[in-house]
Amino acid sequence: MALGRRTLIASGAAAGVVTSLPRLTRAQAANTIRIGVMTDMSGTYRDNTGPTSVACTEQAVAEFGNRGFNIEVIQADHQNKPDVGSNLARQWYDQGVDLILDVPTSSVGLAVNQIAREKDKAYVNVGSATADLTGPACAPTTIHWAYDTWMLAKSNGGATVRAGGDTWFFITADYAFGHALERDTANFVRASGGRVLGQVRTPFPGTSDFSSFLLQAQASRAKVIGLANAGSDTQNCVKQAAEFGLTRRGVKLASLLLFINDVHGMGLQAAQGLTCTETFYWDLNDRTRAFTRRVLPRTPNNYPNMIHAGCYSATLHFLKAVADMGVPAAKASGVAVINRMKAMPTEDDAFGRGEIRPDGRRIIPSYLFEVKKPEESQGAWDYLKLVQTTPAEEAFRPLNEGGCPLVRS
Amino acid sequence: MDEIFGIPAPLLFGQLLLGLINGAFYAMLSLGLAVIFGLLNIVNLAHGALFMMGAFVAWMLLNYAGLGYWWAMLLSPVIVGLFGMALEKLFISRLYKLDHLYGLLLTFGLALVIEGVFRNYYGSSGLPYRIPDQLQGAWDLGFMFMPVYRGWVVIAALIFCLTTWLVIEKTRLGAYLRAATENAPLVQAFGVNVPRMVTLTYGGGVALAALAGVLAAPIYSVNPQMGTNLIIVVFAVVVIGGMGSILGAVLTGFTLGVVEGLTKVFWPEASATVIFVIMAIVLLARPAGLFGRA
Repeated sequence: MALGRRTLIASGAAAGVVTSLPRLTRAQAANTIRIGVMTDMSGTYRDNTGPTSVACTEQAVAEFGNRGFNIEVIQADHQNKPDVGSNLARQWYDQGVDLILDVPTSSVGLAVNQIAREKDKAYVNVGSATADLTGPACAPTTIHWAYDTWMLAKSNGGATVRAGGDTWFFITADYAFGHALERDTANFVRASGGRVLGQVRTPFPGTSDFSSFLLQAQASRAKVIGLANAGSDTQNCVKQAAEFGLTRRGVKLASLLLFINDVHGMGLQAAQGLTCTETFYWDLNDRTRAFTRRVLPRTPNNYPNMIHAGCYSATLHFLKAVADMGVPAAKASGVAVINRMKAMPTEDDAFGRGEIRPDGRRIIPSYLFEVKKPEESQGAWDYLKLVQTTPAEEAFRPLNEGGCPLVRS
Repeated sequence: MDEIFGIPAPLLFGQLLLGLINGAFYAMLSLGLAVIFGLLNIVNLAHGALFMMGAFVAWMLLNYAGLGYWWAMLLSPVIVGLFGMALEKLFISRLYKLDHLYGLLLTFGLALVIEGVFRNYYGSSGLPYRIPDQLQGAWDLGFMFMPVYRGWVVIAALIFCLTTWLVIEKTRLGAYLRAATENAPLVQAFGVNVPRMVTLTYGGGVALAALAGVLAAPIYSVNPQMGTNLIIVVFAVVVIGGMGSILGAVLTGFTLGVVEGLTKVFWPEASATVIFVIMAIVLLARPAGLFGRA
């Protein structure tokens, strides 16, 4: 009889385990936060974003540790195409992805912005440059994390005009990003008393020979050629400008968006003397060096730039907000998560302290760097020296000038 | 004389010259494609990837073996040519009896694999390759600065194209090749090893692509996408010139380079499409291409 009772209890317990199993997995899914890193894994921006963005996101997840919920990172290649990016975004959000991260290439970045707003899901854009994300296109579900065209234009354009480069000609990548960067820089040039003599729009992607456009720029007799492009486009422009003797004739190149990875690709011989604006450089201070040391094992051949560091910092901040408000509330509404993120100051090794404005713009200092001469560089990836720091409150477009509908004036 | 169609004359001359330089690359690549298509009947979509390999092998020779540009001009085509022959033996030769479409799909797949492998190991930012010391510097032509290296590219491309044309049209080997295109079994009956000849031809076409890759390395950064950007244009060039026509490929290559260069002055945004517009017009008016035999 006693035996029978024991068997009964044991089998009852076993039955309980069996029936609770499906409930357990369902509970696990409900208790899992999914981060989708959508980036350029195969095209011209791969090294500036790509696998290193994923590595930095994973680093943040590892450092965040276990705080009572599971975290899953998935990744996909949007091939720099807005249609591919839109489809992916819909699919991901419908399948329970809670945050889409990175999304370089402004045309894709803007497309995903629209879908996140429709579906009330969180979206932190790190990789796109266009300042429209916190301007006319701003959304309550979006934060623009690391940099934008206005901030690049202010730091680099302003400094160049002050140094005497008062006539400009733009070589512009013919899509949302190039147009925005050209527009914002031209405004600064004019505001500082300079003149814009002309511009040429180059097909994107697929242009590798810029010599024709460089000659047109030279024929305009502008003192400064503004490169409103990025990645291998910028690299080819710089190399070909040197080849055609433009730089020797005193024409100054203003690389408006240049990453350390581009400098690595060109070599210091070709890149020396160029200026670039960043919000993160691995060798800026002890904390950035410490962050870089931690993340390098995951990305041994590519040092992190401000986009990569941005993915790290954005992931940490997002996870803090989720832990703060609880997983069910975070999964329920993208606007709620983003609002919680906006309410907390950001704090991490890569950028130090920052804050997020109502329009979704994260505010941090920006730094103007100059590319070192080959003889100044003391080791691998020692490429930049600091020229000027713009404090956080002056680095980005003032809140009331962006035309963001979320901001009540 | 200062302005032509509202464009300053120096600028226009500069663009013509630049067009010729780009045309040199189009010519060399479309030449290889035309040879391969003419003799193997294969639309070789892997051509761009092999062009990229040529540039990468030059970079590897410099960085791993310390061998400079001139060695690369010699070795890179040989290495990539051998690789191409292996591809032909292992994969492409199995498709000769099938429809063109299969060869096209296979070589497209091969191109994606090759590019993927290079992207995986070397990233997409591109690797620097210096212009050799002997070709540094530039000539001041008055209306523009002409880099010595670009001049060299045009001259070298002309030499290679002319040599290839001579080999195919004027030598005994070329005669065998042309005969094999017309009637392979008959040529084989005369004791010529046709399969081996076809392999060598593919290797030769690929070597031309690799040579163009070495020429391109110092101008463009060496990166895995460098072939993808070119190959579609080069295909348009071959179609316009006439599939399989060697002289047609070379002439069309240079001409379209110039046309593209001029478009960059008058309507820059259209410079990526102008070649395809021309292709559409040519296909409507002369489906066999400008130099092709219908």
